[in-house]
Amino acid sequence: MINCPVDRYLLIASTICYLAAVVHTCFELRTGVFHPMRFNFFTIGLGFLLQTAFLSVRGHELGRCPITSLFEVFIFLAWSVAFIYMLVGPAYRLSLMGAFTAPLVLLLQGFALIMLIDAQYPVNVPANSWLEFHASISLVAYGAFALACIAGVMYLVQERQLKTHHLHSIFYHLPPLTNLFAAITRLLWWGFALYTAGIVSGFFTGHPLPNLQVVAAIALWLLYAAILQARHLKWLAPKRVAALCIIGFSAALALLWGITFTAELHPMP
Amino acid sequence: MNLFCIGLSHHTANVATREQFAGNATAESIASKAGCTEALLLTTCNRVEVYLVSNKRISTDEIAQCLMEKTNCNLRSYPLPFYRYEDHKCVQHLFRVASGLDSMVVGESEIFGQAKKAYESARKSGAVGPYLHRLFQRAFRVAKQVRTYTEIARGAVSVGSVAVELAQRIFGNLSECKVLVLGAGENSERTARAFVSRGVIDLRVSNRSLDRAYDLAQAVGGRAVPFDDWATQCREIDILLTSTASETPLLAPDILAPMLRERLDRPLFIIDIAVPRNVDPGVNKMEGVYLYDIDSIRSVAEQSLALRRQQVAAAEAIIADHVTEFVDSISRGLGRMSHVAGHASLGENPLRASQL
Repeated sequence: MINCPVDRYLLIASTICYLAAVVHTCFELRTGVFHPMRFNFFTIGLGFLLQTAFLSVRGHELGRCPITSLFEVFIFLAWSVAFIYMLVGPAYRLSLMGAFTAPLVLLLQGFALIMLIDAQYPVNVPANSWLEFHASISLVAYGAFALACIAGVMYLVQERQLKTHHLHSIFYHLPPLTNLFAAITRLLWWGFALYTAGIVSGFFTGHPLPNLQVVAAIALWLLYAAILQARHLKWLAPKRVAALCIIGFSAALALLWGITFTAELHPMP
Repeated sequence: MNLFCIGLSHHTANVATREQFAGNATAESIASKAGCTEALLLTTCNRVEVYLVSNKRISTDEIAQCLMEKTNCNLRSYPLPFYRYEDHKCVQHLFRVASGLDSMVVGESEIFGQAKKAYESARKSGAVGPYLHRLFQRAFRVAKQVRTYTEIARGAVSVGSVAVELAQRIFGNLSECKVLVLGAGENSERTARAFVSRGVIDLRVSNRSLDRAYDLAQAVGGRAVPFDDWATQCREIDILLTSTASETPLLAPDILAPMLRERLDRPLFIIDIAVPRNVDPGVNKMEGVYLYDIDSIRSVAEQSLALRRQQVAAAEAIIADHVTEFVDSISRGLGRMSHVAGHASLGENPLRASQL
């Protein structure tokens, strides 16, 4: 039985950090003065540390990687998004990505907290390192896909402003279109490589996998493979690739929901 | 001790008047002629201002006379368009000037460099003492802070700079961009130079007269392309700048469509500053093509200016804080000085600390 209020406090504190980043961004957008880098990076960094502390405490409680319920999956996914942002944001000078990342993480984490889906039951399934690797690497891949989706949204916002000739204050803080497209491509490749590793490792778990889940996971893999192939062969304009990143991540979230939901309804023996 | 500023600017005088007072005097000559302790002369195309520190009151006419030293104009022949700011108003005015708030184009940064140059020149000539030194150093600090913490300098406001800024929003680093300039007129040259100044290396020029294309290419460090070949260049270029006298559009969607298919992953930025327009507006609807004609460029410039004007209040707030702090620090400094100098009261010293 998990009964550790400390981890909840850590998670609530982390959520408050992301909320602060979102409120700060909204306030700056309203006033027209926009300095996304410092405050957003600091609050997201702090939120990430608190998330990590939560996962660590929860992992020690469970004696395994804390991805045993829909609640934990959402938190782990939010952590993955923040983790990839911490790696990618400063490296590619995508400072404004924080302004887009914080709302997504807040949404995932806030949803998990508000919906009271934190399962308060003992986990009977014995620890399985392949299963944990499969689940965690797939979620980190989802984090990369989420960031590609965020970069896609930024691309479409920037593109729309350039097309319509109506430039908002945010326009001057968004990275150039070509840089954003390069970032989308790299994030897609990272996500695809990690997701491939996740799918392959799934076959080594020793458990019979539900057919529907396998088919859906492979369908998602094929979707991202098709996007990357079309990008590589220059069949798709960057705008369409950006739009497909959003569609792909929406499909990934739906799949994740389905997998976790069915796993909770029909726990493995 | 009085700190004051006398000057005229685009707000109070037209260019014909301003030029009569520009270039006739130096800070040193004004200080010696008017009997000031310190003086600094700031002359730009939009203003002629003198910042002074003096133990006695000096009239505006006296300074105006110093500024007209070398000319034969009669000072009394027309009303003087000079303004005068004293003490904290003078501090506030300088902070506003250095931050670009008093400029014709709000937020322009050129004034910062001009003020620095004026300060350096006056310092070298020995006309600047401790008060103007502190005042100007603080003004530079304020100007930097205003630029950092507000959007006052954000966005381009001229045709050339808007074109370059938009190109940077699309491509980032312009050094790897290929630019084709169509037309070899004055506007083409000005905008082409703006691109070259931002790092463009591969610049091609095409014109009906190959000689003029060659001349412009030479002037801006590019290469000339025969006019018959310009359309095929659209396969490889990133930026197209058109400014020809053609009465009909030179580029339409049906001409561009086959070329775009070969460059689907690369955006094409078209700047059409010709009137009548050289590029069919329908081109902007094509995927990956961003077309800006002269009206849309002006509209972007106006949006930038509007954005800057929105930031004036935030900039004024920063300046107000600095004015209060600066005036207080000067007063404290003067208080300490009078204490060290045998408790001489401020009343005995004509230094108007409360106003400074």
